[in-house]
Amino acid sequence: MNALTQRLRLIPLLPAYVAVYFLFLYLPILLLPVFSFNNAATTTFPLAGFTTKWYASLVGNTVMLEAARNSLVVGVTVSLLSTLLGICAARAITRYRFRGQKAAAGLIMAPLFLPEIIVAVSLLMIVLAMGLELSLLTVILGQTVFCVPYAMSVLVSGFEGFDRSLEEASYDLGETALGTFRRVTLPVVAPAIVSSLLVSFTISLDEFILAFFLSGTEPTLPVYIWGQLRFAAKLPGVLALGTIMLAASILMLTFAEILRRRAERRTQMALMLP
Amino acid sequence: MTAAALGAAADTPPPARQGRWVRSEEARGLAMISPTFLYALALLLLPVLTVLAYSFWTQDYLDIDRTFTLENYRQALTEPIYRDLFVRSLWISLVVSVATVVFSYPIAWFISFHGGVHRNLWLFLVTVPCWTSYLLRVMSWKVILGYGGVLNTGLISLGLIDEPVTSLLYNSNAVVITLVHSWAAFAILPIYVSLQKIDRTLIEAARDLGDSRMRAFFRVTLPLSLPGVVSAFLIVMIPTVGDYVTPRLVGGKDGVMIATAIQTQFGKGANWPLGAALSVTTMVLVSLAAAVVVFALKFAVRRIR
Repeated sequence: MNALTQRLRLIPLLPAYVAVYFLFLYLPILLLPVFSFNNAATTTFPLAGFTTKWYASLVGNTVMLEAARNSLVVGVTVSLLSTLLGICAARAITRYRFRGQKAAAGLIMAPLFLPEIIVAVSLLMIVLAMGLELSLLTVILGQTVFCVPYAMSVLVSGFEGFDRSLEEASYDLGETALGTFRRVTLPVVAPAIVSSLLVSFTISLDEFILAFFLSGTEPTLPVYIWGQLRFAAKLPGVLALGTIMLAASILMLTFAEILRRRAERRTQMALMLP
Repeated sequence: MTAAALGAAADTPPPARQGRWVRSEEARGLAMISPTFLYALALLLLPVLTVLAYSFWTQDYLDIDRTFTLENYRQALTEPIYRDLFVRSLWISLVVSVATVVFSYPIAWFISFHGGVHRNLWLFLVTVPCWTSYLLRVMSWKVILGYGGVLNTGLISLGLIDEPVTSLLYNSNAVVITLVHSWAAFAILPIYVSLQKIDRTLIEAARDLGDSRMRAFFRVTLPLSLPGVVSAFLIVMIPTVGDYVTPRLVGGKDGVMIATAIQTQFGKGANWPLGAALSVTTMVLVSLAAAVVVFALKFAVRRIR
């Protein structure tokens, strides 16, 4: 008994907890690729052998490819639009002080604190009440509302610490406003902008609720997947598609993170310049 | 705010009389934020106000009767089916947010106090699963918890159980597990941020003055990280109450939540005013519940001190 309690004490409790927690976090994500290569229509253990046939089945799937194209169109537009809007807001917040700053930022960040279904339903009502047709455009408009808070957070952390005296120095040395932006501001904040583009694209690619309510007859990939989930036989194909989307998301997020860190270092370096 | 404005005003040279305000910092700031602000105004505030307006109107077949009525709210609050859904949704979101915060706190603490130079890497690893497709993650839990799913068949092939356990999927527990998983990063990040802000010498001081590690944690670290705990709590609880995907995929009959009822009113049910009233009631109820919990939390922490 005594020996047991002694041995238990030797196990570092916190690291063990962290390990279990990370297992919990990553288990569901790791299972997708595992079963997407499994040679069986059901997701059961033991595994039935390796196959790539589920991936091969995706190639000729025109409905899926159409959904992928829709997702790409929506994702690119949303990421551009929300990064553009995010730049304005992030610049206003980090560079200027004005009355109503907090209220304005609060409204822009509000989608983070609202149930998504309420955002979706309210957008659906206003779109239909105005007599607009549901289309990819309505998905784009809706997802942009939802992505701006994330874009803004990424951009604010990139813009923060940007020394405005650098810009002033550039003006004093005779650069125009545009020239200053291109040659001084942009190089410092560019990594944060690219990072924001990638993050918004990833969120848009994976977003389901708004797309579900606002997409009409043109599904995005998550809406397509939702339709497939009703059929048990379609599951392995969905897992293969999910694995591809997962890999794409992780790649983009990793790239975004690397850029974000570079941005952080650059602003710090800019601060250290005499 | 006024002090900051004064400080900013002192920085800028005395402006010319003409176009003074236009060139002021305030005007430039407002101009800069206005595109984003107007976008949010048009596509967030305006729609939400529209929902509010509709909730006081009535559906008259294909038309909307715009006379003011509280009938939708009476229906939302008194009909047993909606009452049950509200109670269950609130309960699930409460359990999920408490569980998420409790399970995530040690992770945030670990990263902040023992993350070393790799803190950013740790944070990144925490956020990656939460930024990959939500739908796919929920689906994955369905695969894990199902009757012929990963957990059951895995345990059987290990010889730990003889028959599949049926109680894993299609109930509110499955909804809670899935949601706790989905929202982990949203709880870890704000707690981490507030832990980072704590002056470490305060904890050392408590230790030097004879507090045990435990006591120093409860009397110094925890109270000082309370703002992070509160925002983690809010950022998890409020959105989860209206979750649609998780109850639909893993909730079964016992795990249905209010979002399904809202969606029905905008789809097959085609009663927008009732759907709007259900949405507004959801928001009001969850805000009240969250306020009560935050208040209780602050009170409890003050008592410990």
